[in-house]
Amino acid sequence: MKLLKATTFLVAASMATGAVAQQDGGRLDLIVQPEPPSLMLGLVQNAPTQMVAGQIYEGLLRYNTDLEPQPSLAKEWSISEDGMTYTFILNEGVTWHDGEPFSSEDVIFSTKFLQDNHARFRGAFSHVESVEAPDANTIVITMKEPYGPFINAFEAGSMPIVPKHIYEGTDYATNEMNATPIGTGPYEFVEWEKGSYIHLTKNEDYYLDGLPHIDDLYYRVVPDAASRAVAFETGEVDVLPGGAVENWDVARLTEMDNVCSSSKGWEFFAPHAWMWLNNREGPTADKRFRQAVMFAMDREFVKDVVWNGFGTVPTGPVSSKTNFYTDDVPQYPYDPEKAKELLDEMGYDGTPVRLLPLPYGETWQRWAEAVKQNLGEVGVEVEIDSADVAGWNEKTANWDYDMAFTYLYQYGDPALGVARNYVESQIKKGSPWNNVEGYVNPELDALWEQAAVEPDNEKRQELYTEIQQQIVEDVPVAWLLEIEFPTIYRCNVKNLITTGIGLNDGLRDAWIEE
Amino acid sequence: MAIAGAILSRLLKAAITLLAIAILNFFLVHAAPGDPAAVLAGEAGAADEQMIADLRAQFGLDQPFYVQLARYVGNIVTLDLGYSFRQGQPVLELILERLPATLILTLTAFWISLVAGVALGVAASARVGKFTDTLITGTALLFYATPLYWAALMAVLVFSVQLGWLPGFGYETVGSGFGGLARALDILKHLILPALTLGLFFMAVYMRMTRASMLEVAQQDFVKTARAKGLNPATIRRRHILRNALLPVVTLAGLQAGQLVGGAVLTETVFAWPGIGRLMFESLAARDYNTILGVFLVSAAMVIVFNILTDLVYRLIDPRIGHKA
Repeated sequence: MKLLKATTFLVAASMATGAVAQQDGGRLDLIVQPEPPSLMLGLVQNAPTQMVAGQIYEGLLRYNTDLEPQPSLAKEWSISEDGMTYTFILNEGVTWHDGEPFSSEDVIFSTKFLQDNHARFRGAFSHVESVEAPDANTIVITMKEPYGPFINAFEAGSMPIVPKHIYEGTDYATNEMNATPIGTGPYEFVEWEKGSYIHLTKNEDYYLDGLPHIDDLYYRVVPDAASRAVAFETGEVDVLPGGAVENWDVARLTEMDNVCSSSKGWEFFAPHAWMWLNNREGPTADKRFRQAVMFAMDREFVKDVVWNGFGTVPTGPVSSKTNFYTDDVPQYPYDPEKAKELLDEMGYDGTPVRLLPLPYGETWQRWAEAVKQNLGEVGVEVEIDSADVAGWNEKTANWDYDMAFTYLYQYGDPALGVARNYVESQIKKGSPWNNVEGYVNPELDALWEQAAVEPDNEKRQELYTEIQQQIVEDVPVAWLLEIEFPTIYRCNVKNLITTGIGLNDGLRDAWIEE
Repeated sequence: MAIAGAILSRLLKAAITLLAIAILNFFLVHAAPGDPAAVLAGEAGAADEQMIADLRAQFGLDQPFYVQLARYVGNIVTLDLGYSFRQGQPVLELILERLPATLILTLTAFWISLVAGVALGVAASARVGKFTDTLITGTALLFYATPLYWAALMAVLVFSVQLGWLPGFGYETVGSGFGGLARALDILKHLILPALTLGLFFMAVYMRMTRASMLEVAQQDFVKTARAKGLNPATIRRRHILRNALLPVVTLAGLQAGQLVGGAVLTETVFAWPGIGRLMFESLAARDYNTILGVFLVSAAMVIVFNILTDLVYRLIDPRIGHKA
């Protein structure tokens, strides 16, 4: 057995570099936008729910900003040489917020609970043969086949551990306790004044000595982006999570005294933006047209102007922050002449194309206008087709578009967050998060499958390199930007972002300097 | 007796109207693209077929349309507004939670605008053509023409960011632990900017309406008679002109009062005021059918109630109306 062992002591020590005494106490006000529909993380996994409930619930593991596993509810873990057995040793003395003891039974129950309610968990656990608890502090997972990305599937958002004593034998969706979530995490739920704020307080019985440091967390709901900027300016809130204010406000806010910003804490998600190009019909069905779109777009300009310099222009489907990335792929620099040549070669007849922007605010609207202008310059007429979020969902999920903006999370591994958008088995009407463009390439499908179950990381890299090279040649979608969402906060808030999911579980270690 | 009969017949008509509105709303809301299951699945950032199918079954969306409609109508007839699956709470509870904040805001704005508007209108009409009149009419025109959204943001920038006098958003100081009078004062401080922003527009409307109406009534014969009798001009203005000039203002106030529930979406959004307008708007974006329909129904009921109240106020101000009916 190869033992990957890390103790909480080591982690705590590495985080205390600088040797400043960490101070306890204080209150932190953060923005949560939009207001989450629920805080029951096992049932609802949208971004605002993860951000707040990630302090209440915990997973077996956490991940640092290099996406290496770290202890959480599990203090130690090991993977057998053949990649078939995962063993987790749980922390002792852990209790739920209502005082009930936590044990391996809760973990077993959670796998059943999530099987019914969590799409992403279902995907990862389809490779699992069985889950067993030989004793109260041990979990043994036996696989059907080796599945490399499995070790990345244990953070709070991917596999939140939920209390068996509250949910067993009840109708999960209508359980009254959903309104007052009970977890094992560093903060406990106090109250939720709908439309105003969510209040969490320090878990005094937290199993890691000395943690957490902050007494009270207030997640404030402010629906207007300009008002959120004002809330930070006037000192009402201390932390603006990524995406809370429009990009043009970021520069102004970060120039204020005692204000810091960081782009860290998104490595696990690595939000990757692209345009779905409908591979089924219209001009976008022609590979040369899709390549022309890539050459026609000035992606650096969009990054510098529309996104105020935040982000990275991607080389292909895998984010440079995700494991198994390669930049050894065909390149698509801004080259309108090349785009025109390709359009001539395919005999493009000037059919206008529809473009569906993402209804997430001003930045996205301007982005669509920039693309429209770029494509207009090479002779492609673009009609912007607007919709609200529900309408956007409906249109993309039912393939009623020519080009449509989107961005998706990658979850640290191409098998978890990238393959789903390019393999044929993921062409399924009704969801906007799969192979919406309708790209079919049986040869690559075989490689994706092989790469997911390959136990050897070097071989995995080779396979993913080959996949990336071919897919970038085909341009099934037009990759636009590795989005960067800077977190803006008062500089006296320390240790705020220590993991690959940033604010989603970061308040455990954060402290406020007086 | 006549009044009681009139009210009863109005209430009966109102109930039928409400039911018709509810059914129409049901069709409208379902006609919008997308449904709550798709939105929830969409927000999760990852979804499979099972997830969407599970959610649809849970929300009852897998039933034929006529079954869903029949269920809905059956529910509202028994005054059950249904359950918000998105928020995991009965709709009535959600609405009642948010209603007080909205009513505090809109009622304050309503009274500010009505009282100030009428007072300024009377003042302007008394000094028509003079400087006071020009000043009042000019200011009112400015308020009337300023977009609410912009005015709100400017008010925040000036009074909250620059001067620091008033809180720029929110309903009360979060986590202050205030109780009783301290809390009421705290809410009042938060109320000033949104209530003024919302009230100024209507104040301008009332002011213009009152002024025009006062001037018109002042030309009528009975006013000349009163003047000829040698009555004090102030008494004439109050008892003879104003009372008659108020009728159109009451009509307008009735219309504004009908919007007390749903008419403050923009103000609530800019000032992060936890009211019902935002609940409606956010539920609409999430296609949370039951919640949207619930808010629509409550708003419609308010419009009808205020229409009836307006008619009653007419009778009080002008006793002739009751007799004619």
